[in-house]
Amino acid sequence: MALLRVTSPHAHHPANKTGWVMLQVLAATIPGIAAITWFFGWGTIVNILWASVLAVTLEALFLKLRNRPVGFYLTDYSALVTAWLLAIALPPYAPWWIVAVGIAFAILIAKQLYGGMGYNPFNPAMVGYVVLLISFPLQMTTWAEPRGVAGAELPGFWQAFQFNFGLVDRAALDGVTGATVLDVFKQNNTALVKDLWANPIFGHFGGHGQEWVNAAFLLGGLVLLARRIFTWHAPVCFLLALTVMSAAFYDGGSAASGGSPLLHLFSGATMLGAFFIVTDPVTSATSNRGRMIYGACIGVLVYVIRHWGNYPDAVAFSVLLMNFAAPLIDHYTQPRTYGHEKAGTRKAGK
Amino acid sequence: MRKTFAIHGGVHPPENKHQSVRTPIRAAGIPDELVFPLSQHIGAPAEQVVQVGDAVLKGQKIAEAQGFVSVPVHASTSGTIMAIEARTVPHASGMSGRCIVLKPDGQDRWIDHSGLADYTQAEPADLVKRIRDAGIAGMGGAGFPSAVKLGIKPGTVIETLIINGTECEPYITADDILMRERADQVIEGVKILRHIIKPKEVLIGVEDNKPEGIAALQKAAAGSGIDVVVFPTKYPSGGEKQLIQILTGKEVPSGKLPADIGVVCQNIGTTTAIYRAIVHGEPLIQRITTVTGDAVKEPQNLEVLLGTPLRHVLSVAGYEAPKADRLIVGGPMMGFAMPHADIPVVKTTNCVLAPTARELPPPPPAQACIRCGMCAEACPVSLLPQQMYWFAMSKNHDALQEHHLFDCIECGACSYVCPSSIPLVQYYRASKADIRQQEQEKRKADYSKQRYEARQARLQKLEDEKEAKRKARQEAAAAAKASSDTPSDAQAIIQAAVERTQAKKQVSADPAAAAIERAQAAREGRSIADADPLATARATVANTEKRLQTAREKLAQAEAEGSDKIDAFRTGVEKTEAKLQEAREALAKLEAEAPAATTPAADDPVQAIIERAKAKRAGQAVEEEDPVAKLERLVSSTESRIQATRDKITMAETDAPDKVDALKTGLEKLQEKLAQLNSELANARASQNSEAQ
Repeated sequence: MALLRVTSPHAHHPANKTGWVMLQVLAATIPGIAAITWFFGWGTIVNILWASVLAVTLEALFLKLRNRPVGFYLTDYSALVTAWLLAIALPPYAPWWIVAVGIAFAILIAKQLYGGMGYNPFNPAMVGYVVLLISFPLQMTTWAEPRGVAGAELPGFWQAFQFNFGLVDRAALDGVTGATVLDVFKQNNTALVKDLWANPIFGHFGGHGQEWVNAAFLLGGLVLLARRIFTWHAPVCFLLALTVMSAAFYDGGSAASGGSPLLHLFSGATMLGAFFIVTDPVTSATSNRGRMIYGACIGVLVYVIRHWGNYPDAVAFSVLLMNFAAPLIDHYTQPRTYGHEKAGTRKAGK
Repeated sequence: MRKTFAIHGGVHPPENKHQSVRTPIRAAGIPDELVFPLSQHIGAPAEQVVQVGDAVLKGQKIAEAQGFVSVPVHASTSGTIMAIEARTVPHASGMSGRCIVLKPDGQDRWIDHSGLADYTQAEPADLVKRIRDAGIAGMGGAGFPSAVKLGIKPGTVIETLIINGTECEPYITADDILMRERADQVIEGVKILRHIIKPKEVLIGVEDNKPEGIAALQKAAAGSGIDVVVFPTKYPSGGEKQLIQILTGKEVPSGKLPADIGVVCQNIGTTTAIYRAIVHGEPLIQRITTVTGDAVKEPQNLEVLLGTPLRHVLSVAGYEAPKADRLIVGGPMMGFAMPHADIPVVKTTNCVLAPTARELPPPPPAQACIRCGMCAEACPVSLLPQQMYWFAMSKNHDALQEHHLFDCIECGACSYVCPSSIPLVQYYRASKADIRQQEQEKRKADYSKQRYEARQARLQKLEDEKEAKRKARQEAAAAAKASSDTPSDAQAIIQAAVERTQAKKQVSADPAAAAIERAQAAREGRSIADADPLATARATVANTEKRLQTAREKLAQAEAEGSDKIDAFRTGVEKTEAKLQEAREALAKLEAEAPAATTPAADDPVQAIIERAKAKRAGQAVEEEDPVAKLERLVSSTESRIQATRDKITMAETDAPDKVDALKTGLEKLQEKLAQLNSELANARASQNSEAQ
C-alpha cells in the first residue's frame, strides 16, 4: 500500500467542520423562530420553508452552472443559513414573491456572483432584505400584530400558507397586521414615552411579543457563544454601543425621546442582528479588536438610523455599511505578533 | 511554585502518549546496514573523512564539520564503509542527500575514548569544543548545533538557562521516558551546561501531563538549584520561543536569538548527549526514539543507533505495514510524511509514527474559507492566518510580509482547527519558499548589475586615464615650448625635421644620426625628461592644475545635475588635488636642488650628445656623462646624503629632540628619491643594453 504523502499537520480537529458550524447556527435560531410563531402565527415558518427550498435549488443550479461540485458545497449548509435568516427578518405574512425575490438576490447576486461561499463581501441575507425594503416598502413594513393584540385569531399553518401564496384574499390579513413599536416611536413627536406605553403593542420593556422574540434569539446566541462558534467581541460591542446611544438620547422619556435602552435592545431585529448577522464571519472584520470596532459601529449606526433616519429599523443597513468598512478595519487592527513591539509594523530590518 | 505566563492561542489535540510509555527503554540492536546522512543538523553539511572500503570503529569520526554552524558525524558501530552515495533522507520533501553507508561487523568495537574526570576544572571553551566534536545538535527536532548556541558572544549576560522538556507534540514520549529513567544523567548534563554558560537561574520546563517524569527530575534536581517548572499542557508550548515566553514572560524579538534577551534554551535529550560526551567522551551516536501509532503492535521507546533504517526500528516494535496509512518522522502536528521506510534515524528523529487511516484520516477536500477566525484564535504567535491565506492565494508577497509571514513557526495549530480543512501551513510554507527564491533571484540580479556597473566604471577609468595622459603630453609640450629659447628655435625645428627626414631615409640604419635627432628633439622640448627636470616638474604642476580645474568643473556639473557619478567625480578631484600637491613638492625640491644638480654637460647637452654619438660612430667607448653613469653618481650622492641625515638624526636624538621629526621627514624624502633614482637607473641600463645590441 502506498504511503500517503501530505504535509503537516497530520491531525485535524474532528469536530470542526464548516457544515457542522452552520447546522449549529441553524439550531440556535429555533428558540427565536418558536417565539415568533407563538406571538405572530405560522407565517414565518411558511416563509422559512419556502425560502429554504428556493435557496437550495438556486444554489445547486448556480453551482452546476459554475462547474462546482454541487453536493460538496450544499453540505456546508450556508445557503440554508441565508434562507432562514432572511425569512426570519421578513414580515411573517410577506407574499411568496417577496421571499423569492429576496432569496434570488441573496443567493445569486450577493453570494454566487461574487464567487460563492466565503467570497461575498456583503451579508447575502441583508442584501436580499435591503433590496426588498427599498423596492417593496409597503409589503415590507406590513408587520403582524402580536398575539393578544391582533383583532383576529392568528392564522394557523395552512391559513398562513394560503395567505402567503395568495390562495385567499389577503384583505383578511388586515385584522392581524399593524405597526411595530419602532414605527410608533418613529412617527411620534408629541406624546411622552409613558403615554406611548398605553398602546397595547408595547410590552413590558420592548414591543409586545417582540421582547420575547428578542430574548429567545439572545438565548440562542448565548448558546453559540458558549460553544465558541463566534467570539463575544462583535455582538457585545454592538449591544453596548446601542445601549450607550439610546441611553444618551433617552431624554428622560420626553416627546423627543428615542426610547429607552431596554426598548432598543428588545425590539426590532436587535438580538437577531447581534448574534446571527453581526457575527457572520465572512463579511465582518477578522481580528478581535477589529470585530469590536465593527460591532460598535453597527450599534451606533442602528441607533442613528432608527432615531434620525427614515426607516424604523436599521440592522440591515448598518450591517451592510460596515461590511464595506470591514477590510479597512482589518487593515488597521492587525494584532501584535510575537516578537514585534507594535502591531502591524513591517518585519524588522526591512 | 514559580509563576508561568500564558501564550496566545494553542490547541489541545488528543495526546496519545500513553501507548508508548508502558515499557522501559529498549535497545533496538544493530541493523544490517547503517546510513549516515552528512546533513543531520541545521547548517553546512559535514564532509566525509573516510573512503569506501575503510574499516571504522564505533565512535570514529566519519565526517568532519564544515564551517562554524556545522557538526561532525560519527560511526555508531564498528564495520566497513560500503558506499558514499545519495540516499533518501528524513526531510519534508522526501529528497535524497549524500550519505555514508556502513556495514556493521557485529563486534561493536569502540574507538579509544575518554571523558573528563572533573569537568568543573575545565575551561568552558574547551567543553564547548568537546560538545562540538561529539557532533551534538539539538535533539528536539530542529537540530541546531548545540555548541553554536553555547558559544555566547563576549559581553552577553545569560540570565536564564532553559531546558526544554515540554514535548508538546502528541504521541512523542522520548523525552518523557528519558526523564523517568535517566533523570540523573539529565541533571548532570544540565550542570555541565550551567558550568559553561553560568546563568543566573536554570529552569527545566515540563508540561503537566508527565507527572512521573516531573517527579523523577525533581528528585534528581533536589538541592542543585535547578528549578523544574511545570505548566499546563497546550500545543505548541514546546516551541523554543513559546517556552521562553511561558517561563520568563519575555518574547524573543523577531529576527533575534534567545541569547539576545539573555536566554539559552536546550532540549532535554541534548543534555544527556552532552553528559555522555563530557563525562564518558562518547560522541552522539544513539538516541531515544518513540515508535508508535496503531500500525505497530508494541508502541515503545527504543534506544536507536543513529543511521538505523526506519524499517529496522519499526520491525522491532511489530510493524504491520499494510495497516499503515502514512509513515511520519516526528509527531502528527509537525512531522514529515516519508515515502518509504528505508530512511535512517538521525540526530533529530524523536518519533516514528505509523498511524492507520482511521487514526489520522486523510485530509478532506478543502472548503471555502469563511473567515471564522478560529485559526487566529489558535495561532501561538498572534498572526491572522485567514488573511495570510488570502494573500498567499493571490501571491501578494508584500502583504504576507506585512502580516509577518516569517514569524510563523509552522506549528500547524491553524490547520488543525480550520473547519474548512484548508491546509494553511502548506500555503505559508510555499509562500515562504517563493519569497526566499525571489529574494535570491533579486540578489543574483543585483550582483550581475553591480558587476556590469563595475566593469563599465573600470573601462571608463581606463579611458579617462588615457585621455588624461594624452592631455598631459599635450600640455607639457606646449609648456616646454613656451619656456624654451625662441630665436634659434625655428631653425632648430627645421633642422630637426630635416634630420628626421634624413634618418627616415636612412631607415634608421645610422644610430649616430638617430641619436643626433633624439638629442635635437630633446632640445626642442619633446623629450623633456632628459633635457630639464625642472621644466618637466613645472609642466606637471601646470598640467595638474588644469586637470584639477577640469575635474572641479565636472563635479560641479554633476552636482548641479544630481548625477549618480558625483561620488566618482569627487574622488577624482581629491586624487587630482593630492597629485597636484605632490607635483608642487617635487617642483619645490627640484628648484632648491637646481644649482647643485647642474652638470657640466648641461651647458650644451645637444653638443655633448652629438659628440658622443660621433665618438660612438668612431667606435670609441663612451664612458663619462653617459646617463647611466650620471644616475649612478646621483644614486651614490643620495646614499651619502641619507647616511649624513641618519647621523644627524642620531645626534639630534640626544642633542635636539625637537628636530628629530623634521630630520626624519627629510630622511624619508631622500629614501623615496633614492628608490626613484634606482628604478630610473635600472631602466636606463636596460635601455642601454637594448641599444647596444
